[in-house]
Amino acid sequence: MLANADLDALFLTFKVASISTVLMLLLGTPLAWWLARTTCSWKSAINAIVALPLVLPPTVLGFYLLVLMGPSGLIGELTTWIGVDTLPFTFPGIVLASVLYSMPFVVQPLQTAFASIGEQPLEAAATLRAGPLDTFFSVVVPLAKPGFLTAIILGFTHTVGEFGVVLMIGGNIPDKTRVVSMQIYNHVEALEYNEAHWLAGCLLLFSFTVLLLLYTVSKTQPNVQQLK
Amino acid sequence: MQTSRISRLAITLALLLFGQASWSATVLVAVAANFSKPMTEIAGEFEKATGHSAKLSFGSSGKFVSQLKSGGPFEVFLSADEKGPEKLEQAGLTVPTTRFVYALGKLVLWSTRIGYVDDQGKILETGNFKHLALANPKLAPYGIAAVDVLKKMKLFEKLQPLFVQGENIAQTYHFISTANAELGFVALSQVIEKGKITNGSGWIIPDNLYTPIRQTAVLMKKGAKNLGAAALIDYLKSKPALAIIKTYGYDLAK
Amino acid sequence: MTQPIIARFKLDYDNFKLDIDLALPSTGITILFGPSGSGKTTILRCVAGLQKAQHGFLQINGKLWQDSEKNLFLPTHKRPLGYVFQEANLFPHLTVSGNLQFGLKRIKKSCNANDLQPILELLGIDHLLNRLPERLSGGERQRVAIARALALDPEILLMDEPLAALDYKRKQEILPFLSRLHQHLAIPVLYVTHSQQEVAQLADTLVIIEDGKSLAVGPISETLSRLDISLTQDREANTVWPATIIEHEIDYHLTRVDFIGGTLSLPMIDAAIGTKLRVQIFARDVSITLDLPNTSSILNILPARIIELSDGNNGQRVVKLEIEKQILLAHITRKSSLLLNLQTDMSVYVQIKGTSIVN
Repeated sequence: MLANADLDALFLTFKVASISTVLMLLLGTPLAWWLARTTCSWKSAINAIVALPLVLPPTVLGFYLLVLMGPSGLIGELTTWIGVDTLPFTFPGIVLASVLYSMPFVVQPLQTAFASIGEQPLEAAATLRAGPLDTFFSVVVPLAKPGFLTAIILGFTHTVGEFGVVLMIGGNIPDKTRVVSMQIYNHVEALEYNEAHWLAGCLLLFSFTVLLLLYTVSKTQPNVQQLK
Repeated sequence: MQTSRISRLAITLALLLFGQASWSATVLVAVAANFSKPMTEIAGEFEKATGHSAKLSFGSSGKFVSQLKSGGPFEVFLSADEKGPEKLEQAGLTVPTTRFVYALGKLVLWSTRIGYVDDQGKILETGNFKHLALANPKLAPYGIAAVDVLKKMKLFEKLQPLFVQGENIAQTYHFISTANAELGFVALSQVIEKGKITNGSGWIIPDNLYTPIRQTAVLMKKGAKNLGAAALIDYLKSKPALAIIKTYGYDLAK
Repeated sequence: MTQPIIARFKLDYDNFKLDIDLALPSTGITILFGPSGSGKTTILRCVAGLQKAQHGFLQINGKLWQDSEKNLFLPTHKRPLGYVFQEANLFPHLTVSGNLQFGLKRIKKSCNANDLQPILELLGIDHLLNRLPERLSGGERQRVAIARALALDPEILLMDEPLAALDYKRKQEILPFLSRLHQHLAIPVLYVTHSQQEVAQLADTLVIIEDGKSLAVGPISETLSRLDISLTQDREANTVWPATIIEHEIDYHLTRVDFIGGTLSLPMIDAAIGTKLRVQIFARDVSITLDLPNTSSILNILPARIIELSDGNNGQRVVKLEIEKQILLAHITRKSSLLLNLQTDMSVYVQIKGTSIVN
């Protein structure tokens, strides 16, 4: 059965994943919009940077974050300057790491969705008195709904399953940084296979339910394919 | 024409493989992370002395035990503790009577700050630090030792909220070396150079404060027929090897 | 009160230049006509503000929309215009009703369904309100798009080849609606097309665009018959006369219509006496005689005066004539022209072999 520590880890994981997903949407949406529409020569470089976490092994990314967020790292100096604690071993720290790590999974589906909308609906909206921001919320968001759904699913699940980065900067602190993947790993390493199976089972079941729900919802949406 | 060339190639390959097995073998060795530096040195000397070569994999002892239990390919296992090899022995995966303690691990309380850790460990009582790093005691022998020390000093309850745990001793070292944790417990071998702690400050913890870390080696059945494997086990007990082990701060088994 | 539309745009891209200076009437349908790639759509997009000309000056109804010298550029969503795209460009996620309301909500008019009723009826879409665009035919979509643009009560209506994406049948379905618009709308319409049929049927004013320049601007009857324009040498060269039905000769299955220069007999038209219509006369259907023929099967023989002559393609002469004030084009062979010794200012008779009614 699940021990209290396991339940805490489960709860913490979904807290991290939810907050990270919201943050990724807030940051990733304007970024994806810009990437989908700009003709600026920086585009390729920014695209590459966003995609980097896909290539870097998570533990390597985690190690760099540990260095960067440490007292003598760039981010660390910034946090010290603002007057807050350094980020490793803290909840905000793993949220930040998760955001960086899972960002490509949010930005890329959004970027594709935005790009496929094309110029036409935007121009139509402009001729119907809708300003840019208005157009974004009343035309782009509804048309890019499948893209948003994919972004949320991938961003959330990828954060839930994330392990290597948290391993490197988490410090295995209960209720703060000990997420489910860490806890399962601890069980396995300590040869507590029984506990590991229970926890992994719960994680699978929960994630499956979330995905099933989201996919069901997306299926009942009216077909909003672009008309030619 | 074609056939004869292929058969000639096959013979050459067979000779090479067979030849290597007879006079210069390759040994696959699983090495506990804390022993990576001395073992690299020892392996170099071992090659020079015997002509066999040792291929080293470093990682946490616990992971190696799991891998060996499920048929991992390692022929010699250098664990950070005694428990792992014992378990493998009970499972009948090792060559009987080959198990021995190759070194006694030494624990150190270490910080990158010069003059921060005193030689009594008073800093643990008085220090105003935010994080104390140690290896996860569930997974790593050096973590168990660190907990022993804190309990003996009656500081465990007080300091537990400040714990940041590394999955293994190498990761624990990263926490401290990047100054994210002000101080923490690591293996002496990680911070010693030519018999001295050269970087930051440290307190080599007296043996009476923790259960000895009996780092145990064993010859796996996989390596029973590999002459190089047996040679490596012997070499670990040789004078040159023991000398290297000592320079990294380990004690030798009595 | 009716100030003309002034539009001056200069654009310079690597492979395309646009340089036009237009003063257009503030009523009726002005057609920008030209081959594809000539820049007519670009002009429309500049008027809408969807594209920004590097140098531009645009004044509609006395209001300045763009003046690059004053660094003034009204963004599209602040211009009181209606725009109909080549492909209807409806919002696929909204129903017809949602599409129609989209703009209305944004100009903060009370969205009373009754306000839209005349437009819905005019375009025949009142039964489609709850449908999603994907369930409309191409013609229906385009009608909704026109209604959506008109619903805003714009000060100018811009239409970019609204029929180009439709097949022949759909075009015939929509053209009557556009002609009706013509009679009901008080606002100016800028209409881009490369179809002569649409020009004949809809244009009041015609602007001919080629290679980013305007070759001719003026009332359709003048512009269509300008001999310095290759259009007049085209096989499809024609003139369009406004006319009114005055009599039906039921026994002969004919209808008589009145135009500036007299009357014409046309095949029976199923419309009431007094109906206004446009008669299109192709230059190839007009022949010239010096004397009034006593015996001819052709019904429409009218006195005319030659005002201009020019050489056309393949040994052809293009003759521009005037019947009272009504301009007419005739294509005849050079040999005939020589035999008859046709000269400017000569009085002749024209025989019109065929006509077509364009609406």
